[in-house]
Amino acid sequence: MNIFVIMKRTFDTEEKINIKGGKVSGDGAAFIINPYDEYAIEEALKLKEEHGGEVTVITVGEEESEKELRTALAMGADKAVLISDEDLENADQFSTATILAGYLKDKAVDIVLAGNVTVDGGSGQVGLRLAEELGISGVTMITKLTVNGETATIERDLEGDLEIVEVSLPLLVTCQQGLNEPRYPSLPGIMKAKKKPFETLELDDLDLDEDDVQAKIKSVEIFLPPVKAAGKVLKGELSQQVNELISLLKTEAKVI
Amino acid sequence: MRFKLTEEHEMIRDMVRDFAKNEVEPTAAKRDEEQKFDRAIFDKMAELGLAGIPWPEEYGGIGSDYLAYCIAVEELSRVDASVGVMLSAHTSLGGWPVYKFGNEEQKQKYLRPMAQGEKIGAYCLTEPGSGSDAGGMRTTARLEGDHYILNGSKIFITNGGVADIYVVFASTDQSQKTRGITAFIVESDFLGFSVGKKENKLGIRSSPTTEIIFDECKVPVENVLGKIGEGFKIAMMTLDGGRNGIAAQALGIAQGALDAATNYAKDRVQFGKPIAEQQGIGFKLADMATNIEAARLLTYQAAWLESEGLPYGKESAMSKLFAGDTAMKVTTEAVQIFGGYGYTKDYPVERYMRDAKITQIYEGTQEIQRLVISRMLTK
Repeated sequence: MNIFVIMKRTFDTEEKINIKGGKVSGDGAAFIINPYDEYAIEEALKLKEEHGGEVTVITVGEEESEKELRTALAMGADKAVLISDEDLENADQFSTATILAGYLKDKAVDIVLAGNVTVDGGSGQVGLRLAEELGISGVTMITKLTVNGETATIERDLEGDLEIVEVSLPLLVTCQQGLNEPRYPSLPGIMKAKKKPFETLELDDLDLDEDDVQAKIKSVEIFLPPVKAAGKVLKGELSQQVNELISLLKTEAKVI
Repeated sequence: MRFKLTEEHEMIRDMVRDFAKNEVEPTAAKRDEEQKFDRAIFDKMAELGLAGIPWPEEYGGIGSDYLAYCIAVEELSRVDASVGVMLSAHTSLGGWPVYKFGNEEQKQKYLRPMAQGEKIGAYCLTEPGSGSDAGGMRTTARLEGDHYILNGSKIFITNGGVADIYVVFASTDQSQKTRGITAFIVESDFLGFSVGKKENKLGIRSSPTTEIIFDECKVPVENVLGKIGEGFKIAMMTLDGGRNGIAAQALGIAQGALDAATNYAKDRVQFGKPIAEQQGIGFKLADMATNIEAARLLTYQAAWLESEGLPYGKESAMSKLFAGDTAMKVTTEAVQIFGGYGYTKDYPVERYMRDAKITQIYEGTQEIQRLVISRMLTK
């Protein structure tokens, strides 16, 4: 099987987000593999263990993403590809999906796995856009995947409900929590990771122009959620408190 | 001069940190309370290759280096010093002497299963009457045909009772004093081997420390490690490297305590602002962090020296001395920052403080480290 995983380097989920000059600042922050992408990597490795083949992990991003790609290699992926987007001033989900499609369009793809969503941008769009660009089926939020020859049986998490779909390969899936338990990269894996093929590409290598991948979305403003104010404790007679609560709900919270 | 870890070392740190947080930390307080050693944790570590980090692949190891090993001990100790010392004793005290002084058969038979984590290693030097004065040991070994017969008892043995392979020091010729000491590899199921009293300790309570008793214990002559009479040298050289593992353990304890204290100080509000923003506490945190960074540089330097095949005895004594004292100081301050809460078992800093004390005592007390360092300065 030719298995591809698209993955991204993101902020550690325990980091506090700071905004500097209208942008989220990465200064001094710790970075990790996007947690949902870890499910994708694990599932790809399980597919390989069951069906044979090769797992290629791909990131569109900055140079530093090499570390996260190497971690995926240490987990057991066979090859890594880093496509630099550092020339791009403005990139959005369209840009990323177009670049990924540029790389994958002439590859013999059986399955592409992605995270359901990234914990930074959080659009959940890149996977499905890529499926569309490649003209293959896309199934989101999967919690179980069984591949049998040319078809896959998939369970999807629909916010509490479960949907079972059957779909033919080639295929793109986005992975949801519950799909699997990602493995740790083992020490032998870490030692081998540096010897595995690692390809670094520029837009030129994919016959893409900056114009082809210009962002369609314009970000107008970035701000942190308002700090949660302390709660209000009402005092006095119970009937007084009830009246005050109703008036506050009407005038302040404006919910009734 | 470069102060940056390699990408490989960084990846090992990230992995062990993740592993420690998910697989070790959640049960650390309970295992401490119950003095419970959990082999399942070691088995999981072994699956990831942590049991044989510095040993070559031909002996079942990973083929990495002592720095990677120290980083692993540090990260484990950051959440649980008992698990940290288990790996340290297994690698530095059980594995190292076999790797350095064992013949090919011994390495295949004993180092390989230790490196792969099928077997746990331990080291038996200390006796009731000989601690710092290791040359005063009473355990004897007499030759009878193709066996040595060991008699005596060893105390304070880390991994005692849970280890499968013990490097044991005994006198083959008492008239020769330290030159009459020989090292042996003893399996836990050899006739005449038994596990005695288990210590009820102040700290590192989920790391078992026991007495090991040899009563006419039969050890085949092929299990002599190194040469006859070379045991004291093997014991001392083993401790030179082992010290660095303890430095890494102390470093991890200190870092864990600083992390806990920093987080607490940022959240705890008194007099209208977080205590971290009050200079009395802020300066404490600054001193703790500075000492830890210095301890880390000493520890990594000694590990790097050993990895490069350069002399490291003085530096490993310095790293253990400084990191051990740092761990004690930092954990005591961490409890202080937590105030009354820090004195309870609802927070981990009291455990860190109890665990820190042993790093000033074992694998050579702080006083012995100073002796080692001063002798190297004046020789």
